[in-house]
Amino acid sequence: MLLNIKDLHVSINGKEILKGLNLGVNKGEVHAIMGPNGTGKSTLAAAITGREGYEITSGEIIYKGEVINDLAPDERANKGVFLSFQYPVEIPGVSITNFMRTALNAKREFLGEDPIPAGEFLKKMEEKKKLVDIQSKLTNRSVNEGFSGGEKKKNEIFQMAMLEPTMAILDETDSGLDIDALKVVANGVNALRSEDNGFVVITHYQRLLDYIVPDFVHVMYDGKIVKSGGKGLALELEEKGYDWIKEQL
Amino acid sequence: MNEEKEKGNILEEVTSSEYKYGFVTDIETETAPIGLTEDTIHYISNKKNEPEWLLEYRLKAYRHWLTIEEPDWALLNHPPIDYQNIIYYAAPKQKKELESLDEVDPELLDTFKKLGISLDEQKMLTGVAVDAVIDSVSVKTTFQDTLAKHGIIFCSFSDAVKEHPELVKKYMGTVVPYTDNFFAALNCAVFSDGSFCYIPKGVRCPIELSTYFRINAANTGQFERTLLVADEGSYVSYLEGCTAPQRDENQLHAAIVEIITHDDAEVKYSTVQNWYPGDKNGVGGIYNFVTKRGLCKGHNSKISWTQVETGSAITWKYPSCTLLGDNSIGEFYSVAVTNHHQQADTGTKMIHIGKNTKSTIISKGISAGKSNNTYRGLVRVSKKADNARNFSQCDSLLLGDKCGAHTFPYIKNNNRSSVVEHEATTSKISEDQLFYCQQRGIDTEKSIGLIVNGYAKEVLNKLPMEFAVEAQKLLAITLEGSVG
Repeated sequence: MLLNIKDLHVSINGKEILKGLNLGVNKGEVHAIMGPNGTGKSTLAAAITGREGYEITSGEIIYKGEVINDLAPDERANKGVFLSFQYPVEIPGVSITNFMRTALNAKREFLGEDPIPAGEFLKKMEEKKKLVDIQSKLTNRSVNEGFSGGEKKKNEIFQMAMLEPTMAILDETDSGLDIDALKVVANGVNALRSEDNGFVVITHYQRLLDYIVPDFVHVMYDGKIVKSGGKGLALELEEKGYDWIKEQL
Repeated sequence: MNEEKEKGNILEEVTSSEYKYGFVTDIETETAPIGLTEDTIHYISNKKNEPEWLLEYRLKAYRHWLTIEEPDWALLNHPPIDYQNIIYYAAPKQKKELESLDEVDPELLDTFKKLGISLDEQKMLTGVAVDAVIDSVSVKTTFQDTLAKHGIIFCSFSDAVKEHPELVKKYMGTVVPYTDNFFAALNCAVFSDGSFCYIPKGVRCPIELSTYFRINAANTGQFERTLLVADEGSYVSYLEGCTAPQRDENQLHAAIVEIITHDDAEVKYSTVQNWYPGDKNGVGGIYNFVTKRGLCKGHNSKISWTQVETGSAITWKYPSCTLLGDNSIGEFYSVAVTNHHQQADTGTKMIHIGKNTKSTIISKGISAGKSNNTYRGLVRVSKKADNARNFSQCDSLLLGDKCGAHTFPYIKNNNRSSVVEHEATTSKISEDQLFYCQQRGIDTEKSIGLIVNGYAKEVLNKLPMEFAVEAQKLLAITLEGSVG
């Protein structure tokens, strides 16, 4: 199993947000996690990627057979865990090109490889830019500075394509996107799907799942996964609303 | 692309948090007796075979210095400096005049290598001529032939005194008189050497001129002075870099830089200052009290200061422009980084006297550890300076919660037609930014280096390429160990 989360409890400032969450993701699978606001979806993403302040009080996050509960965020990233941020952060004065080269070389150093040659890097940039329809001008700009909502999300998927993670978490990648941008982003994600990697797609709405078709859909409520099913579950949710889940509990 | 590559590599290369230039070169030095009296000045002047007029100038400065007090208005704390416990002159001993690099002490050349300065012909390829100063005496000046073809004079201050006394007499002390301040007076009394540069009318200097200063002998104050004159319609870009070896005693450094630009002339003066900042506990380090000033004497002339200050235990430095000529332009771009117990009180003065004069101030302060970083600036617009314009932007970035950032922008405006703008921000590196970088696989220290370099980019971009790379490295090195 690629990612195996067992009975995960996570607190922020002493307040428990995740209350015994279980999730298993195999290679080649796409899991959608849905649920109303404030049920802990983003907390799950933060816990998996090791964000400071998200305290795992019990349970395990096992990635490729290794418990990663205590690994630094950059170590998890270099082992292939990627988060597409719900709110991508601006880094003034740092171009996307520079940022990506630094990130890519950090990963290569971690793996004991030499830094990427300039030519190879440029070629890779060009190739991946096409994937998400990013303009060359954009990669010369500072990371996310003055980007539109759509550009920010495209940039996240572009970075994912550059870093080629094994386990990618997409946190509300559809929020703030119009339908055209949504399609571009979804196409990018689909192009990266393979038998060797897994995706966790966090979303409020079924609409993204029309384009990124999941193998499994989970519904989160109050810090736990309360219902799981196939892609049909998303449609059912859309139709009946989250109250339907609450009634069932 | 190359630039991007360089930038990427820099951050990878940076792994050691020790002061990289902490070595002592074992060169026999010849030093003056400790302390400062009129005898010391006679000794220095005598050693340098100086003309009578210069000795007189030194003595006048010394006598003035005796009458004034060390300034205390800066936001700096240090034990009192014992001016009688300093050696005011140290020169590497040399047996004879040198014809070529082969004759230079190999140890000295090795020092340059460690500093990454090569005095050999490779410099030709990078287009840099270096006038290297170790402990006060210019050792070797390169590219004088190339420069001579254009009529450019670029030599040690001592040589200038001997070979171009009329130019030295005409300009020395006209921008920074010995009465200017305590440290300027001290420099005028005891200065040992420095650089002199004259760009004749209409000449655009074809290469970047560069001087490296380095303090080597123990307990030696370094008092160099630079005099740069750009005649009508000329242009020069001048680079100054500094490093000092690691020592436990604090060492005093009080330099003077004077720049004069005539009509339509332009001088771009860039500094990377990386003197020993002291250790993590604030022991040792250079006390850097420097007076740098430019005079835009002619119409349409321009002086641009760019500084990257990462070193010294104490920095007291205000590179300034007096905008005398109509339509003249003054610029100040600064990045000052302080970590551990470093203290910096730095900024600029823009004095608008001519009509339609313009000035720009961009200051980026970065404080970490228990350091204190102060911007102090003055924009003064005189009555006659019609339509003068100034734009100032002073940003402070804090790393951690034990450091301080302070801003003292003084504005004295006596002309109603002028426009003076001031913007200031104070920010911290956000956890969001750090986590975002870390999530992309970049460790904490490299992330900080990346974010800080991005923050300072506006200023770093003003540096010549070869300096920009060094400066970025220094920013990252200086801030190592500042978080977590």
